[in-house]
Amino acid sequence: MQPFKTLTALVAPLDRANVDTDQIIPKQFLKRIERTGYGEFLFFDWRQTPTGEQDPTFVVNDPRFKGAQVLIAGKNFGCGSSREHAAWALSDFGFRCVIAPTFADIFFSNAGKNGIVLVRLAEDQVNTLLQKAQTIPGYQLTISLQDQTVTDDAGFKASFEIDPFRKFCLIEGLDDIGLTLRHAAALDTYETKHDEATWLKAK
Amino acid sequence: MSSEPKTLFEKVWEQHIVVDPKGEPTVLYIDLQLVHEVTSPQAFEGLRLAGRKVRRPDRTIATVDHNVPTTIEGRLNILDQIAAKQIATLRKNCADFGVELYDVDSREQGIVHVIGPELGITKPGMTIVCGDSHTSTHGAFGALAFGIGTSEVEHVLATQTLPQSKPQTFRISVEGQLPKGVTAKDIILAIIGKIGTDGATGCVVEYAGSAIRALSMEGRMTICNMSIEAGARAGMIAPDATTFAYLEGRRFAPKGEAWKRAVAEWSKLPSDPGAKFDRELIIDATTLVPYVSWGTSPGMVAPVTDRVPDPADAPTEQERKGLERALEYMGLKAGTPLKEVEIDRVFIGSCTNSRIEDLRAAARIAAGHKVSSHVSAMVVPGSQAVKAQAEKEGLDRIFKEAGFDWREPGCSMCLGMNPDILSPGERCASTSNRNFEGRQGKGGRTHLVSPEMAAAAAIAGHFVDIRTWNVNEEVAV
Repeated sequence: MQPFKTLTALVAPLDRANVDTDQIIPKQFLKRIERTGYGEFLFFDWRQTPTGEQDPTFVVNDPRFKGAQVLIAGKNFGCGSSREHAAWALSDFGFRCVIAPTFADIFFSNAGKNGIVLVRLAEDQVNTLLQKAQTIPGYQLTISLQDQTVTDDAGFKASFEIDPFRKFCLIEGLDDIGLTLRHAAALDTYETKHDEATWLKAK
Repeated sequence: MSSEPKTLFEKVWEQHIVVDPKGEPTVLYIDLQLVHEVTSPQAFEGLRLAGRKVRRPDRTIATVDHNVPTTIEGRLNILDQIAAKQIATLRKNCADFGVELYDVDSREQGIVHVIGPELGITKPGMTIVCGDSHTSTHGAFGALAFGIGTSEVEHVLATQTLPQSKPQTFRISVEGQLPKGVTAKDIILAIIGKIGTDGATGCVVEYAGSAIRALSMEGRMTICNMSIEAGARAGMIAPDATTFAYLEGRRFAPKGEAWKRAVAEWSKLPSDPGAKFDRELIIDATTLVPYVSWGTSPGMVAPVTDRVPDPADAPTEQERKGLERALEYMGLKAGTPLKEVEIDRVFIGSCTNSRIEDLRAAARIAAGHKVSSHVSAMVVPGSQAVKAQAEKEGLDRIFKEAGFDWREPGCSMCLGMNPDILSPGERCASTSNRNFEGRQGKGGRTHLVSPEMAAAAAIAGHFVDIRTWNVNEEVAV
């Protein structure tokens, strides 16, 4: 996992609430067995016009936002299906940070496993940033995970909360399985005793 | 030793703590992982790359459900080469890592969340995960069950544990007798409509109250299944006599003395009197009605007797834009009575509503009627066992005589990863769980309803208030 410290990057505004993972990456791309290559399918349906052409007005097609690494969206981003493909698609497309008022739980976890920093800001702050990104050409934000701040060069500054352990893992780019295996001895002991609970056996 | 009263969730959580390192998430033991073809290939590949094994193949069970076609011919020769490769990959992974697979031709095959309970693999007090958000279904048994991403699938395969931050608790009590024609599906649609699709984010919901106690296991599974649609991490219902009666004698349920011991242990699980929840909500069951979703999010629901809402009434500009967008996608005009909305397709199936009781309820409505000439309707049983039972009871005959397609088990048109999809613009009455844009096929329009409401809509060609339906008692099973 790529470590995340500080990012200064172009911002793409997606002014929609309840963006579900079916929209982030539609089902037809879930049949692949690889972990990479999902970026070109990000928001697949929303990027197309009803007649099937690329819609240049949709944010990730819009040339003004080409190269954006920060996405700003409405509340409950990432709701619905557990597909990690949604995080893979965002990451593969180039997004390293999503800012929204709230995120759905499973997506929140999936994003963290892929080095994507999710920043929760108040709804009015998100609305301010959405408007700035839509109106100021080349609008950039700086996200400092160390300081837990979002700033721009025109005086905007907001702080965000993040679980300290999650922050540590993102900054270091740590693999979870390795972290858990630090407790291998405790796991062995627990498991031997737990296996005695026959009423909790699968088969 | 006296102790604080605990909730069902807290009891299950505490029994599964492997280690609780200071300042880090709890490492939680996982009793069972269910695996399917779509969210597992990258996880097995990760194990291979790291030289790791599946720690507990005996606590891991796989089946194929998401991709599989629902026609016999389609299953024998899967034309979608990418889907076929994904299924073949699961076969190889299960063989390489020693995981039992209920393959497409096995009598145990079915939707993961249907076969776990019916085989008696799902048990009260367990921790259960699967790379599928509807894993919350298993909470109906008093298990702590939740959906995970593929990295977490790999983590559980490798360690049989998951690092988890402790969620909040939220008790939703549904009290009173459910009116006639109002089902478990209507209870959960009403809850999501009330609290919103992020109303339970960060929480484990415990459903309680007399209306929940009165439900069958099938009904309880329908409710827990859609917990995720309210944003909940999981849904749970305390195990009771109904739970034990469902489990007793099932293939992987304990037998003899072990059964008695198990029931004694499971009986300790219900929340203690006086246990504290972070949040509480009480719903009066007697006020509930049959619901229909009209928009592109499961919170966009209304009583079948209502009209399509008017975006002009939205409290904020952002909500108004959201409503306008939803109505445009759905091809609906504000103010249209929902009962006048005509449909093209009907889907009875999915991990929400494809169990035997769901099919019995739908068949009772369909018996002696014909599917409307402008509607194409299909019934997809949740598992081979459900299909066999339905055929034994003659439900398949009722459906077929009424003009429904009778299919092979799988997720099917709930998410349209197999050939069962809506065409652009088609409108579907569906017993599934999500009405997101394009969920059942690009441009498709989904309305979420109960199995009874779906069957009635198939026959009438538009939504009907099921409370006014005359069941043909002479031909109903």
